[in-house]
Amino acid sequence: MLKVDDIDVYYGNIQALKGLSLEVNEGEIVTLIGANGAGKSTLLQTLSGLQKPKRGSVEYLGESIAGKAAQSIVKAGISHVPEGRRVFANLSVEENLDLGAYLRKDKEGIAKDLAHVYELFPRLLERKKQQSGTLSGGEQQMLAMGRAIMAKPKLLLLDEPSMGLAPLMVQNIFTIIETINKEGTTILLVEQNAHMALSVANRAYVLETGKIVLAGTAKELQESDEVRAAYLGGL
Amino acid sequence: MGASEFALFFSVKEAVKGVKVMEWIQQLINGVSLGSIYALIALGYTMVYGIIKLINFAHGDVFMIGGFIGFYAMVRWDMGFIPALLLAMILCAVFGVIIERVAYKRLRNSTRIAALITAIGVSLLIEYTVVFFRGAQPEGYPDLFVEKNITILGVQISKTSILILAVSIVLMLLLQFIVQKTKIGKAMRAVSHDADAARLMGINVDNTISATFAIGSALAGAAGVIFGVYYTKVDPFMGIIPGLKAFVAAVLGGIGIIPGAMVGGMLLGVVETFVSALGFSLWRDAAAFIILILILIFRPEGIFGKNTREKV
Ligand SMILES: Nc1ncnc2c1ncn2[C@@H]1O[C@H](COP(=O)(O)OP(=O)(O)O)[C@@H](O)[C@H]1O
Ligand SMILES: [Mg+2]
Repeated sequence: MLKVDDIDVYYGNIQALKGLSLEVNEGEIVTLIGANGAGKSTLLQTLSGLQKPKRGSVEYLGESIAGKAAQSIVKAGISHVPEGRRVFANLSVEENLDLGAYLRKDKEGIAKDLAHVYELFPRLLERKKQQSGTLSGGEQQMLAMGRAIMAKPKLLLLDEPSMGLAPLMVQNIFTIIETINKEGTTILLVEQNAHMALSVANRAYVLETGKIVLAGTAKELQESDEVRAAYLGGL
Repeated sequence: MGASEFALFFSVKEAVKGVKVMEWIQQLINGVSLGSIYALIALGYTMVYGIIKLINFAHGDVFMIGGFIGFYAMVRWDMGFIPALLLAMILCAVFGVIIERVAYKRLRNSTRIAALITAIGVSLLIEYTVVFFRGAQPEGYPDLFVEKNITILGVQISKTSILILAVSIVLMLLLQFIVQKTKIGKAMRAVSHDADAARLMGINVDNTISATFAIGSALAGAAGVIFGVYYTKVDPFMGIIPGLKAFVAAVLGGIGIIPGAMVGGMLLGVVETFVSALGFSLWRDAAAFIILILILIFRPEGIFGKNTREKV
């Protein structure tokens, strides 16, 4: 479904991604783990059109999307839930969800998906008129995910959904990630919480300073000594 | 209190006593209607600031262009007030978008001071282009009403004031509707909060910024026409002082905040009118700048602002 081949991404003179390649197949949950500053967010931003690769190719459903505008990438079916949620704090919960469906014209489909989002996240329904800036971190994460689902994506990019959340909320979010996947959405999940991420993923990549250093099934990585030592706290 | 403050205090007190209640109501209405002109201009300042953090100093000149379009439409092309108003709004909207696309768009990632200097340059360019093509002499607006005043419940009110107030209120309600309820309004609010997050929704940020300029400029165009009706004349430099005052109004309400611009404009209009009514008409223009200084010292975030707001 998604094939990233040998991309370089720069911020000015700083190279954030160095010849990175990875693949995501339809129906999978693929996780990308790595320490702070490894380049995880940069990769997702490149996939969603916020950054342009200087070299290399990004193919999605057989078409090149490298360097395309964010708008056409959303239209093609990739939704990105950014690090730190980035909800529109000055808009209500429901307005945020409306904006998720910004490019869609099928009124009935939108209404159906809105109902579905409220089913997945009943808390959002309770707070639909509330300014989203007043939501808790966990609720904002739900909103950011709900907003992305409103675009009806085929591929969902999640950037550290567990960041800063209480353990119970992390559980909750990961359960929903699995549900969304079972309903047919392919997921690329970026996490520092390797333990949780590997427990839901099919396959995984480990990113270090802009390069993939390890790849395999989630199970293989859970059992790898390097991953245990570096990312699972020696568990 | 020193002697001179005492004297000032008593002269204000005398002045207040000298004006009757009915006249106060009249002055209040005049103030609100003048203020609604400031408010219409302030809305453009505040919306543009909200979305690209630029103080668009050429905004007062869009207002001036609106005033001239209204003049040509009514006097030269014999159009009625409403068609002239609409024409001025449409042409100013287009003009505002051209300014944004030609002058400001490429500066989005440069320093604020560069953008600010550009805005001042654009302002001067517009003013002197108008002077170049038609000279600096003013033009007189037609009188819209033969009978100037009407009396409501014993209060004499100028019809012009009522017209200005009515136009402003309709436009402000329309603006509120656009910003709160429509898709482009939601996009504008989203972009002003977080442009990259808005891109991730598929929002075209460039077009949304242009739409903001279009709407703000249309309001300034409308303000230009009703200003012409109010003061009965327009000239190429008429945008400077009202532009600055509208900027003060936007800061007073809290820059970037739409209801703030409305309230700030109205408040400034009322203060100015009262200052004149009390017999200090020489201080009228100074009032705005005294307010600006006070607000910057005591509440730089403005009436509606949160105190974390960034300042220019
Ligand atoms: N906007 C930026 N400007 C300059 N450098 C950046 C920017 N964003 C990220 N970087 C740098 O790129 C590298 C990768 O960052 P990022 O993709 O955010 O990592 P991660 O998401 O894995 O923590 C880091 O060295 C970071 O400092
Ligand atoms: Mg990151």
